[in-house]
Amino acid sequence: VSAVTKADPAPEAGSAHPLAQRRPLGDRGFQILALAAGLLVLVILVLIAVSTAEQSTSWFTTVGLKGIFSTDWDPTTNHFGAMAFVYGTVISSVIALIIAFPVSVGMALLLTQVVPRKWSDPIVYVIDLLAVVPSVVWGLWGILVLVPWLQKIYTSISSGVKGIPVLDSLFGGANVSGASFFTAGIILAIMITPIITSLSREVIATVPTIDKEGAYALGATRWEMIRGAVWPHSQGGVIGAVLIGFGRAMGETIAAALVIGSSAQVTSHLFYTGYSIPAVIANQFGEATGGAFRSGLIGLGLFLFVITIIVNLLARGIVERTARRSRGA
Amino acid sequence: MAVTAEPSRTPQGPSTVDLREPAGWRRTKNQIMTVLMWVALVCVLVPLGFVLYTVIGKGAAAISWQFLSSSTIPPNVLPLGIGGMGPAVIGTLIITGFAALIAIPLGVLGAIYISEYGATGFLGKFIAFLADVMTGVPSIVMGLFIYTIWVIQFGYSGMAGSFALACLMLPIVIRSSYEMLRLVPNSLREGSYALGATKARVTLTVVLPAAIGGIVSGALLAIARAAGETAPLLFTIFTVEATNTNLFSGVNTALSTQIFANATSPYTGAEQRAWGAALTLIAIAFILMIIARLVTARFTRYTR
Repeated sequence: VSAVTKADPAPEAGSAHPLAQRRPLGDRGFQILALAAGLLVLVILVLIAVSTAEQSTSWFTTVGLKGIFSTDWDPTTNHFGAMAFVYGTVISSVIALIIAFPVSVGMALLLTQVVPRKWSDPIVYVIDLLAVVPSVVWGLWGILVLVPWLQKIYTSISSGVKGIPVLDSLFGGANVSGASFFTAGIILAIMITPIITSLSREVIATVPTIDKEGAYALGATRWEMIRGAVWPHSQGGVIGAVLIGFGRAMGETIAAALVIGSSAQVTSHLFYTGYSIPAVIANQFGEATGGAFRSGLIGLGLFLFVITIIVNLLARGIVERTARRSRGA
Repeated sequence: MAVTAEPSRTPQGPSTVDLREPAGWRRTKNQIMTVLMWVALVCVLVPLGFVLYTVIGKGAAAISWQFLSSSTIPPNVLPLGIGGMGPAVIGTLIITGFAALIAIPLGVLGAIYISEYGATGFLGKFIAFLADVMTGVPSIVMGLFIYTIWVIQFGYSGMAGSFALACLMLPIVIRSSYEMLRLVPNSLREGSYALGATKARVTLTVVLPAAIGGIVSGALLAIARAAGETAPLLFTIFTVEATNTNLFSGVNTALSTQIFANATSPYTGAEQRAWGAALTLIAIAFILMIIARLVTARFTRYTR
């Protein structure tokens, strides 16, 4: 509107131009309303940090920094160390990523480079179905169907690797359990595959056709075209997508709570029972009555919040940077 | 020109220009990689098929009219024939419904700010960025958040659960609505300005209706996600055996929290009820998703 008034011939001094009327109150009000709704996001994020920090202070004052960084979590003896849960969260999420990364990127390449549009749309619908299956259903299926089945496989693997140096300490051991770090990793992998696939697909779809045709014109096979034209263009975005998936895996609660085995321990044995931050919050919050116990669980939530925010900021940063670089190129 | 020059350099004729797929290792590698991509698809379809097969198989045996409409959830020890998940069905519907009532208008308004008022300014970009970050906040953190600011003061209620779910839905609705508003062509806005409409009027009567198909479909997908969430409800609604239709006071229950509670129960009755509840929950989510697809197909005017 202001551009229009400027383009007009200069109005008489002192009298307002008819087009430069004050905006009606309702118009301004609507803008303020919309801004308020947008700023609500900021308010919620700040409130999450403030309220959980406030509620977790008694954890910090009771056990101190040293206590928090221990691996000993035993509410009956007032030991509230967080490290076993941090370990379990990281290990199960890394396992999930190792499984989900090749599958998701393979799917994204399949959908964008191999199958025709006619076929890729129904496949995308099916992946969306995967994303809509609630996490508690994955957990239920995990504990009642997958865990008993994996128990047998784990047992035979662990007896198979007995005595082999590295493999024995990863997959061996006498206390192999169907519900374990590794089972949680498998379930988490299934759950983060749709998001990594769809984000990677978006990035890969932006690869210029001319780059791809150029590679083909030089005699490249499809795989060489993907390596030479698609991957360099989209690797940043794909890494961002993987990081976002990692953040999701770390925060995933209910499925992990049901299949990770619920015992706070730090061990190299991936087929042993473990625990993760969200899982311990979900399982123990009900029985945590007051004092350092409840505040410790809220503190773990705050820790999880901070970690996932950092991972997400990092991911968005990488995606932004590659997007800017590919625009500039 | 190059074609006519060809025979003089290669006297054997054009047959030496080999346009077939490269032979040998390069071709094999290409084929291996293509096969691996299909294997990735199978890796995704197998768990999905497996979980749907199990849930439908075991859930269908549990579901009956009595299962869906009973007014109390029986103790875990009782077999399947007695009582059902009625209170949880009602809880899920009213808690998710109220969450949608809070999150969808706010989310659409936020998206309007980003797309119509702040598309180029710092504030618009900042809010869009924060909404992106907020989608990554774990759902259990939202539950703890509502617990610390609401439940400690006012106690457990269905409404507290709605607040937690609304916090989860808000950034998703903002994101999807913003994507849709962005697709509305500028000529529509300019045409309405030329007729003398104010910005609010242009937004509400021209831009929003043009994008409504995509916005509704995105909102339905957000509801489908929220309906299946468990973690935000654990510390906000607690649990109850009898139907509580009062959203604003008293403990409540939902399908997802019931499945979580029953999943580790040693009794077969509880286990069967969990499968029945799982099938009900998946059915709700899938129906919402299918409606979203139909809305997209029917009402979307502008696509990428």
